Amino acid sequence: MWDNRKYIIQGSFILIGLVFLIKLFAIQVLDKDYRTKAERNIIQPIVQYPFRGLIYDRNNELIVYNEPVYDLMVVPKDVTIADTTEFCELLGIEKEVFLENMKTAKAYSRVKPSVFLKKISHEEYGQIQDLLYKFSGFFVNPRTVRGYTSPILANELGYTGEISRRQLDRDTSGYYRSGDNIGITGLEEQYERLLSGKRGVSYKQVNVRGIEKGSFKDGALDTVSVPGTNLISTFDLELQTYAEKLLAGKTGSIVAIDPSTGEILVMATAPTYEPKMLSGREFGKNYGKIALDSSKLLFNRAHMATYPAGSVFKTVQALIALDEGVIKADEQIFVNLNGIGDHAPAGYYDVAKGIEKSSNNYFLEVMRRIVNQRVNPTNTFIDTSIGMAKWEEAVKKFGFGAPLGIDIPGESSGLVPGVAYYDRLYGQNRWAYSTIQSISIGQGEILVTPLQVANLAAIIANRGYYIQPHLVKGFEKDGTVTLKEFEKNYTGKGTDYYPAIIEGMKRSAQGTFRAPIKDITIASKTGTAENGAKDETLDHSVFMAFAPVENPKIAISVYIENAGWGGRAAATTASLIMEMYLKGYIEKDWRNREEYVLKGDFLDEEQKKEIERKKLERARKNALLQN
Amino acid sequence: MRRRDSILKNLDWPIVFLYIILVVMGWFNIFASVYDPETAFNIFDISLNSGRQLLFIGGSVILIVVILLLDFRIYESFAPYLYLLFILLLMGVLVFGAKINGARAWFDLGIFRLQPSEFTKLATGLLLARYVSNNNVKLTEFKHQLIALFIIFLPVGFIMLQPDLGSSLIFFAFVLPLFREGLPAIYLIVAGAFAIVGVLTLLLPLKIIIIIALIVGIIWVVVTSRSVSNIVITSLLILLSVGFSYGFGYAFENLVPKYQKDRILVIFDSNSVDPLGAGYNLNQSKIAIGSGGFSGKGFLEGTQTKYGYVPEQSTDFIFSTLAEEHGWLGSFVVIALFVFLMIRITVIAERQKFKFARFYGYAVAAIIFFHFTINIAMTIGLFPVVGIPLPFFSYGGSSLWSFTIMLFVLLKMDMHRTQVLSR
Repeated sequence: MWDNRKYIIQGSFILIGLVFLIKLFAIQVLDKDYRTKAERNIIQPIVQYPFRGLIYDRNNELIVYNEPVYDLMVVPKDVTIADTTEFCELLGIEKEVFLENMKTAKAYSRVKPSVFLKKISHEEYGQIQDLLYKFSGFFVNPRTVRGYTSPILANELGYTGEISRRQLDRDTSGYYRSGDNIGITGLEEQYERLLSGKRGVSYKQVNVRGIEKGSFKDGALDTVSVPGTNLISTFDLELQTYAEKLLAGKTGSIVAIDPSTGEILVMATAPTYEPKMLSGREFGKNYGKIALDSSKLLFNRAHMATYPAGSVFKTVQALIALDEGVIKADEQIFVNLNGIGDHAPAGYYDVAKGIEKSSNNYFLEVMRRIVNQRVNPTNTFIDTSIGMAKWEEAVKKFGFGAPLGIDIPGESSGLVPGVAYYDRLYGQNRWAYSTIQSISIGQGEILVTPLQVANLAAIIANRGYYIQPHLVKGFEKDGTVTLKEFEKNYTGKGTDYYPAIIEGMKRSAQGTFRAPIKDITIASKTGTAENGAKDETLDHSVFMAFAPVENPKIAISVYIENAGWGGRAAATTASLIMEMYLKGYIEKDWRNREEYVLKGDFLDEEQKKEIERKKLERARKNALLQN
Repeated sequence: MRRRDSILKNLDWPIVFLYIILVVMGWFNIFASVYDPETAFNIFDISLNSGRQLLFIGGSVILIVVILLLDFRIYESFAPYLYLLFILLLMGVLVFGAKINGARAWFDLGIFRLQPSEFTKLATGLLLARYVSNNNVKLTEFKHQLIALFIIFLPVGFIMLQPDLGSSLIFFAFVLPLFREGLPAIYLIVAGAFAIVGVLTLLLPLKIIIIIALIVGIIWVVVTSRSVSNIVITSLLILLSVGFSYGFGYAFENLVPKYQKDRILVIFDSNSVDPLGAGYNLNQSKIAIGSGGFSGKGFLEGTQTKYGYVPEQSTDFIFSTLAEEHGWLGSFVVIALFVFLMIRITVIAERQKFKFARFYGYAVAAIIFFHFTINIAMTIGLFPVVGIPLPFFSYGGSSLWSFTIMLFVLLKMDMHRTQVLSR
């Protein structure tokens, strides 16, 4: 009875066996996902952060190094804290921070270590080190942050920080991981790839309790960290320190270049911040303060700010005119004062005198001759366009209107208005020289950066060429130094035109009270950049120079904002920097230049009254508007 | 001497070989699951589960010898007393038992722990066999069905109180020998239908289930007969299954504790449950098994196993150790061995001339089958995680000894099958 039921029962045994084998085949053979998951279970990558490259100055003085800091790691399951308050006090954190960080760590894993507190400084670690044993479940992981030998060069060096979500998404190299440090501005950003080196990873196997169980695949996949490349910068640390000291408390910039090499000796901007503020544990707190400061502490005026070119631009006008053959160096041109406002008297001018006296009306005429060469004698508009095209091309050869390619990010182009620009502004053939003539003296639309002006000084010092200004001249890796190579950029058709310009600049320097340096001949040109802001503040003080004239070693531009004439604030500062560089000390004399700059009171009584008057006027206007 | 020779000659050697292979394989896998390359204890080390399992295996050998020496007739005679004894033990364990993993299922005897529910299966099987083998008992009759059901569910009730869901489930295995002895198939069909409706209830919304029930009903009526009575009965069945679905769904939502609900839901959708919480066991078990690949990582090379990612590694989840280190091939071998063993047991059962032995044989096959099915199914995510061991394989004295006794009592009866005929 019921004998055939045995087949049903036996069949069900076989059926279940088959179901299992099929399901197992799907999991084990077809689905590769579980293999990855298994590896993710047991493999714990241990990252060896590479030693970031150091930065030296031109004399092999260390500027940026790596400072040890400690990440406090936590393994939540091992944590026993008898007294939370004591623990928080030891670390100097709030209880809320403690709870929050614990929560984050637990969410990550109860058994795998994660960062509890980042970047504890060496000093802080010294204090907590001995007491840490009381709190099980915590240990430290050494890392490094950037350390600085001097509190200078903040904006030029840039800073490093944790890579942001956005940067990670944009990163095409696939190298970076969340939590990595990355160069954010300045040299740190520009040379990130070289400085960062290469992360090393060793893969450890861990058991379910997070305890290490030897290396994965006997370390076949492990990589050793490769330290970053060291940068040999062009800065002169001592001179830079001096420059930043002079700039302190003012708004402006200093750029000094070795004209023979294009190496930037000094690049200073003010106001600025101390580089160590954006390094280490206080980064977050300080960054907010610095970024939100109304005086734009992260704005490097030396290569980012643009100003109307001002009178320093007259040298360029003269050089183009000489090259075009529309004036001769010794040609006496009579100038009256009917054209534009002028500080220089009427009379006969040649090139040197035009520059020496900075005659506005002389250069009004000079540029007229450049742009209106009567190529088209019947139509002034067309004639002006033809001339302007030539002029624009020539000006750009001096490195204006486009970034010079300095090796830190953020460089501005400046602006060289040309035919296209004015056509857009006024309409084609609807503008003549008289429309645009203010650019003859560097005012109006033409905009330059302090770096471009320093480069102009270098061009004149070199008598006709420049080398791309740069901040890093070479790289050092494993004791081997590789130097960067640069080409000369020629600006015009010869060196014959320069002596007259330099003569004018020499005389100009002698005529500037606080510019001359004892025993050294300098060539310089003052300028006043119009202040775009229509308020009570003064124009910007601009000065461009190089020295010694015969064998130039330094070319410089100084911009001091709202400090009035170039001959005062900027000239004195430049003079001091050049003297310090060339002599190594400042020769004290009755002009008291250093005290003058440090005091920073550049305005005379009349200017102060002017400011007061303007302030009153504005207050009255505001009052009227309110009524 | 002649007598001993004849005893061993009548022993069913294929089963003995299968038994030895499974026990030894289990032992090696237990070692693999506790193996730590750093401490490098050897397989005999008594501080490891593998060393202790060897002691249990030794104990099993003694048990086997004792069983083979005892008179085969005592099992039938003593079945009621044995059953009574274990009912008492099940009651005792609720009072005196040690609470482990939330269940009061073990007597802690100091040197080892005894799990009475493991042995109760044997006692229940014997008593049921004795009852069914009575010539007056007909499984087609409702009264007798009810008594059989009572014999099964009395221990189940006590085990549920521990509570030990897994062990309780195993008692449903007795349906199989009852079926073989004439329990109407309609019970199995109805149970199967309810099981299908239950699974569908967890997978689909009630609306869809109503639609499916209607479609199935209409097709049934069209295919079979359009008589009024058939339509009425079908309609009632549709109503019944929809009502069951609703009630089951409601009960599942409201009466089942969250952790058990999660264990069930994770089977249908592994993302629905926290992989570090309720889904942890299954997730890790599947990772270990899945990462084994076709031929496995090699003996003692299973990383998930070695480093403790799969919980209950040497007991309930021993299969994941095997599948990780020996891959699909290893799984194939073990599954095939179990299927051979179970079929061989039914073959032995079928050659018994006496109903008691035949029923008991089927009961042994069915209990092994249920353990095998539920245990492996839970490690690969086809069944909710319930704690029951893989026969002969899993670490644990109670489990190994109860299966050994169960199997060798059958072999002992089988040795004397001709004598049974002569009685």
